[in-house]
Amino acid sequence: MHGVWQRRLMLTLLLAPALLWLFALIVLPHVDLALLSFRERTAPREYQAGLAQYRTFFTEPLYWHVFVRTAIMSMLATALTLVIAFPIAWVITKVARGRASSLLFVVCLIPFWVSETVRALGWLILLRESGVLPVLLAKFGLTAVPVELLYHDTTILTGLVYTSLLFMVVPLVSSLESLDDSLIEAAYDLGANGLSILRRIVIPHAAPGITAGCIVVFMLTLGNYLTPNLLGGKNSQWFTELIYTQFIVRFNWEQGAAFGFLLLALSTAIVALGLRLSGQRFVDVMRRS
Amino acid sequence: MIASLHRSAWLRAATVLYVAAFLIFLFLPLVTVAVFAFNNAPYPAPPWRGFTFDWFVGNESSGRVGLFHDAELLGSIWTSVVVASWVTALSLAVGTANAFLMERFRFPGRQALSILMLTPLVIPGVILGISILSLMSRIAEFADAELGLDLDFLRPGLPLVVLGQFSYIATIATLMISARLKRFDRTLEEAALNLGASHAAVLRTITFPYLAPALIGSAAISFLMSFENFNTTLMLVGADPPLTVMMYGRMREGASPVLNAVSLFLMLASAALVMTLMSRGSRGAPARTGARSPN
Repeated sequence: MHGVWQRRLMLTLLLAPALLWLFALIVLPHVDLALLSFRERTAPREYQAGLAQYRTFFTEPLYWHVFVRTAIMSMLATALTLVIAFPIAWVITKVARGRASSLLFVVCLIPFWVSETVRALGWLILLRESGVLPVLLAKFGLTAVPVELLYHDTTILTGLVYTSLLFMVVPLVSSLESLDDSLIEAAYDLGANGLSILRRIVIPHAAPGITAGCIVVFMLTLGNYLTPNLLGGKNSQWFTELIYTQFIVRFNWEQGAAFGFLLLALSTAIVALGLRLSGQRFVDVMRRS
Repeated sequence: MIASLHRSAWLRAATVLYVAAFLIFLFLPLVTVAVFAFNNAPYPAPPWRGFTFDWFVGNESSGRVGLFHDAELLGSIWTSVVVASWVTALSLAVGTANAFLMERFRFPGRQALSILMLTPLVIPGVILGISILSLMSRIAEFADAELGLDLDFLRPGLPLVVLGQFSYIATIATLMISARLKRFDRTLEEAALNLGASHAAVLRTITFPYLAPALIGSAAISFLMSFENFNTTLMLVGADPPLTVMMYGRMREGASPVLNAVSLFLMLASAALVMTLMSRGSRGAPARTGARSPN
């Protein structure tokens, strides 16, 4: 039979990989990153504890401008993604029936199984000056000559919304699926209009899905490197690019670590705020999304 | 608004239009990439100059190096396959252990551990990358300076790429396998034990066969996510880049249609994988549980 010591042994054996994974690859690296960010170099190979890296961030306007810009653009992208994805999730769960509904859902998921690099390549071919859309626009006389559609903020937003849609559609669909249609029918019979049904029945019910989707999309957008970099070019000014530059190009790890922590702090703060506002628990939200 | 209620004609038309516009938005970039893989021109741009297979089969003599003769590109695909295989094996092993740990044992700190297991999903991939890079490099430097050891595998390179991707893919594997193990009827195991089966036999003949769909599903998802990862990989990569990093480098130099060719190959491969998964599972189940690749 199962002895107590045998169960203890099993527990230890199963705990070992989990602890090794979480401590060696998540906890310790972040502790190390924090320590790194709180030191300054006084001479070659000599360091002291200090806040110089964070001071640089606040005194150098470029750095915090990019930080604020990244945060605002990410919020915009999240809001846009929600607005675009919601009707689709609604159609999948409430309008389409049976096979049509499953088919639409699967079709919406397919593009996201393809690498983000491939999708960015698609946008590059579509939008650059010699690309498909500018050439078409010129041909139909909407613009005199092909115009450059890359490197604008709108382009970056489009790309970010595009890569994020799936992470919004999936949690929205799963939360709307559990909304009983008869509630909506009842509200209609009692004379409610579409807007008040949306506000008083649908949105409260879908709140967990909306929160989950927004949190995941915001975090992904904030931490994205590929899409802003390729679609925005030099104009992208995305915070992850600053981190990359400090770490890989300039080899100024202390500064890069501080930037990394600031980004992590922002992402954590927004996630916490989202949870607080909607009264959700982290574990439930992550399971849902 | 909903199917059972009367909807006006214009609302129905608007719905159809919206869905159509949405689908065009979704598929336009992919279709464009695929079409320009066959354009008979040195750049993936309009106008259309006729159909060619050069970007797949071309070699030095034709002046266009196609996918099948591009040693650098093929090498990076192989690198990605090797990395993804390691990540998949590690994630499955740790994910299975975690699932049993969390579903079958009660111990102090279990709640905290389950939260800690989810955190890799809310850490931006770039930061996962730099934190692992800095810790491992500092350990390697320390070992070199103080102990005279040369720990090359802790320097940027494929071992670090594997560790970096594994650090968050393990969470996804854990969630997928736990979800299935949670629904397992434990009386089946008890019955087998009562009938005299050993613990090993029960695991082999009852528990693992039951878990098999989740194991296959999470293996496929882990492989795909590793193959497509960019952010974490970029921070940890050494001399031999996996496919996504290689493609990114070439896209910045100005893409040639050979990138379209390799993209088309990627699309077909992932479509085949997803179709197989979906036909095995219930409606969208694998797609849903593994739908996120946060990093």
